[in-house]
Amino acid sequence: MSLLKEPDFGTPARPGEATVELTIDGVNLRVPPGTSVMRAAKQAGVDVPKLCATDNLEAFGSCRLCVVEIDGVKGTPASCTTPVRDGMNVRTQNERLGKLRRGVMELYISDHPLDCLTCSANGDCELQDMAGVTGLREVRYGSGVEAGANHMDLKTDTSNPYFDFEASKCIACSRCVRACDEVQGTLALTIEGRGFDSKVAAGAGVPFFDSDCVSCGACVQACPTATLQEKSVVELGMPTRTVLTTCAYCGVGCSFKAELRGDELVRMVPYKNGGANEGHSCVKGRFAFGYASHPDRVMEPMVRDTIADEWRTVSWEEAITFTARRLREIQAEHGQGSIGAITSSRTTNEEVYAVQKMVRAVFGNNNVDTCARVCHSPTGYGLKQTFGESAGTQDFRSVDESDVILVIGSNPTDAHPVFGSRMKQRIRQGAKLIVIDPRRIDLVRSPHVQAAHHLELRPGTNVAIINALAHVIVTEGLVDRDFVTSRCEDFETWEAFIAQPEHSPEAVAEICGVPAEEIRAAARLYATGGNAAIYYGLGVTEHSQGSTMVMGMANLAMATGNIGRAGVGVNPMRGQNNVQGSCDMGSFPHELPGYRHVSDDDVRSIYEHLWGTPILNEPGLRIPNMFDAAIDGSFKALFVQGEDIAQSDPNTQHVFAALGALDLLVVQDLFVNETAKFAHVLLPGTSFLEKDGTFTNAERRINRVRPIMAPRTGKQEWEIICEIAQAMGYPMHYDSAAQIMDEIALTTPTFMGVSFAKLDELGSIQWPCNVEHPDGTPIMHSDEFTRGKGRFMETMYVPTSERSTRKFPLILTTGRILSQYNVGAQTRRTANVAWHAEDVLEIHPHDAEVRGVTDGDLVALSSRVGRTELRAKISDRMPVGVCYTTFHHPVSGANVVTTDNSDWATNCPEYKVTAVQVDLIPASAAADAVREPVVAGGNR
Amino acid sequence: MSGGVPPYVRLANEIAAQFAHRSPEDAATVIANHVKATWDPRMKQALITYAESGATDLSPAAVLAAHRLQAAR
Repeated sequence: MSLLKEPDFGTPARPGEATVELTIDGVNLRVPPGTSVMRAAKQAGVDVPKLCATDNLEAFGSCRLCVVEIDGVKGTPASCTTPVRDGMNVRTQNERLGKLRRGVMELYISDHPLDCLTCSANGDCELQDMAGVTGLREVRYGSGVEAGANHMDLKTDTSNPYFDFEASKCIACSRCVRACDEVQGTLALTIEGRGFDSKVAAGAGVPFFDSDCVSCGACVQACPTATLQEKSVVELGMPTRTVLTTCAYCGVGCSFKAELRGDELVRMVPYKNGGANEGHSCVKGRFAFGYASHPDRVMEPMVRDTIADEWRTVSWEEAITFTARRLREIQAEHGQGSIGAITSSRTTNEEVYAVQKMVRAVFGNNNVDTCARVCHSPTGYGLKQTFGESAGTQDFRSVDESDVILVIGSNPTDAHPVFGSRMKQRIRQGAKLIVIDPRRIDLVRSPHVQAAHHLELRPGTNVAIINALAHVIVTEGLVDRDFVTSRCEDFETWEAFIAQPEHSPEAVAEICGVPAEEIRAAARLYATGGNAAIYYGLGVTEHSQGSTMVMGMANLAMATGNIGRAGVGVNPMRGQNNVQGSCDMGSFPHELPGYRHVSDDDVRSIYEHLWGTPILNEPGLRIPNMFDAAIDGSFKALFVQGEDIAQSDPNTQHVFAALGALDLLVVQDLFVNETAKFAHVLLPGTSFLEKDGTFTNAERRINRVRPIMAPRTGKQEWEIICEIAQAMGYPMHYDSAAQIMDEIALTTPTFMGVSFAKLDELGSIQWPCNVEHPDGTPIMHSDEFTRGKGRFMETMYVPTSERSTRKFPLILTTGRILSQYNVGAQTRRTANVAWHAEDVLEIHPHDAEVRGVTDGDLVALSSRVGRTELRAKISDRMPVGVCYTTFHHPVSGANVVTTDNSDWATNCPEYKVTAVQVDLIPASAAADAVREPVVAGGNR
Repeated sequence: MSGGVPPYVRLANEIAAQFAHRSPEDAATVIANHVKATWDPRMKQALITYAESGATDLSPAAVLAAHRLQAAR
């Protein structure tokens, strides 16, 4: 399509029925109460001139361009700040108004460079547009120096890697400041000075890069001139066409307008009609797309006989023939179950579906698993057991109606920033916040946001504390008896279990390290504060009792009736963009698409009939089982789709041993990643800019991923899978990704109504999409649970076996930060490294002091399985005894020290609890050190 | 292996620990159902064989569950 410019109504929409009737320029219309005259005018087809107004920000009324005349009202009020009233008669255009507007424009232009022809915003400048709209023909005061004092010589701030701040072009409309406040919620920008000296400043007048700015780009998007401009636009020029697509980073799944000039991507602009993000974005999605054209991209297939050999670049045909032949040879020698595959949450639903089909129909086993194994597999298990569906219950919009927000083991402002901003907005409106996290995450206290309760628990004690919350609710008479009676089962058994004294706050306070009264207060607030919603992340799932904790949260929601309507629910914050989708598509070794067990004869027969081949009725190997089986010699070949298991999976020593034991490792990826170092075949993958398909985000929203260019490697990834299947003797063929989705819809009840055509029509669809819900289901379990009755589950707290000891006295917990993503394969190949060039170890001042560690020192981080080195960052965000790092950089290799402990139900690794020791590396040794992680028993 | 214990033994013991508050009969039923629903056949067989060998490092509930799995075949 040509360049898509969404209409701007000037001020935000107001909810409610259109009951206010008014006339604007002779046009009668009805709008909801509270609507501005400006917005009503736009709805009537009348564009009122404006500069300081835009419809994702509340009206400000500073530019005075939008003045109108209203019968019975003195003067010329600003239409943006004037709400409609019944019977109002408004005029937006006449000679008087035109003269006023030209007067305003003269003042603006008298202090603005007249370099329109060479300006980076030429053609996309609202000041330029308004000069035309108002009929400006002269500036009586002159321009620049001749007009007197001016701001023309203000310096341009180029400190941000992605955008410039050209202060000389600023018209002080405050749109950027308000966007930072109202949209992003960081409050990094301000208007400094008064009167003529007013100017936009980042923080206390420091460069943008050094300020609190999180580089979300909301200010750039809000700026009506070239003042805040993407460097890519400055360099390449204005884009000329738009492709609507979906971000390839976190589980929020933001919709973007990819804006191109010819075939070159100039910028990514968040799409206002995007259901997940509604026009907002973060530093990764908006700016960090350069990896797609990074010179490290592998563009041609490569093979080698052994991992000691050099790679040989080969044709697609040779790579596919080699792969297929070796897979069949290995099966012939070691058995049908000796090969398998891992799917990726960074690939599309269609690509994942193709891989699991290849495993089941061509490999003839169920040895398929997905990277969700190491993040949200406990979500799948826990929510399926209790609610009957392996998915979150709400849409993101739901949080706007929450009165109490309970955030557990999740750091939304870093890991899911666009939703984090939305959550902050709701908290600023008055919703109460409870945070359960060992770390003092930003949400606990940031500008105009403060948690009512921060339960700073010891890592590994989640279940103890969720049980204590439930104990208070049960024993203090806070249960929603009507909801429980009509909607749930097994309540009485659970009630008797949870009411036992061992679950009381007083009994668990010592275990959790949280005062009993604080636990009681939080429980009372959750149960009685109105609509209460739970949002959780990997701080819940990546524990030895991850699945138990998910069930514990579901118990809490059911006991208080906080399920089945807007503002409530249990909501997993998915780490990667297509975690939900990759799970939906049958990536788990015990489940076919739609979370239906492989032992179900009826379900299997659907696929057996369609695929023309029998499907095994017993589960296959999970990822950790694959590693174990590789080491014991019964698993010999692995196909890895778009994952870097050598960096992301725990206990690197164990992973290296497993990968090294394989006879064949096939890696499909953009780059020669850490896993590829053990591979025999490297099949180049496609970036999200080349993919054609769908992603499903954390709110079950299926979004289209549209290619802006043909695959740079020559093939879509699902085509490669089909060709391997064919080379192995199975006729697998699709004409398009849309055809794969048609097969998914044909065979999967929750996707029954989904098609590319319908997605194009509706924009996005939240599954289930079926006969009962043809346009999808934003909120689940409204009238009844998917499984019928919601099931209460007993959740006994069992301490992890990973304990701090004299040798390893600290507990390490790992996570991610705003500017980097997962193993960093993408973001490390962008300018985002400016914010996070290496992983650091955050350590409490007390723990640092007793070890003689100061900020920036190189330290050794050791656990019972490995040792690595990182720079220390002194921080009191953690309690004493707990330290924290990220896993974005292979050089530090955080997973060298994490263990193979895992969730009892799903084998999701216990990344969040590792007993470690931290030792200062003396400066003399640090200077000579080669930074390389070391695993017990040697390195690689 | 971790600490000399085969992975399936460690995993079975971890599952059993979650149901230690239940009666051995109940716990064995839950463990057996879980293993049946989520474990690869070679792991199930290894667990059954290990339980039948009389090894002492498998929890009693897991042993009972392994016997149930064998009996259900």
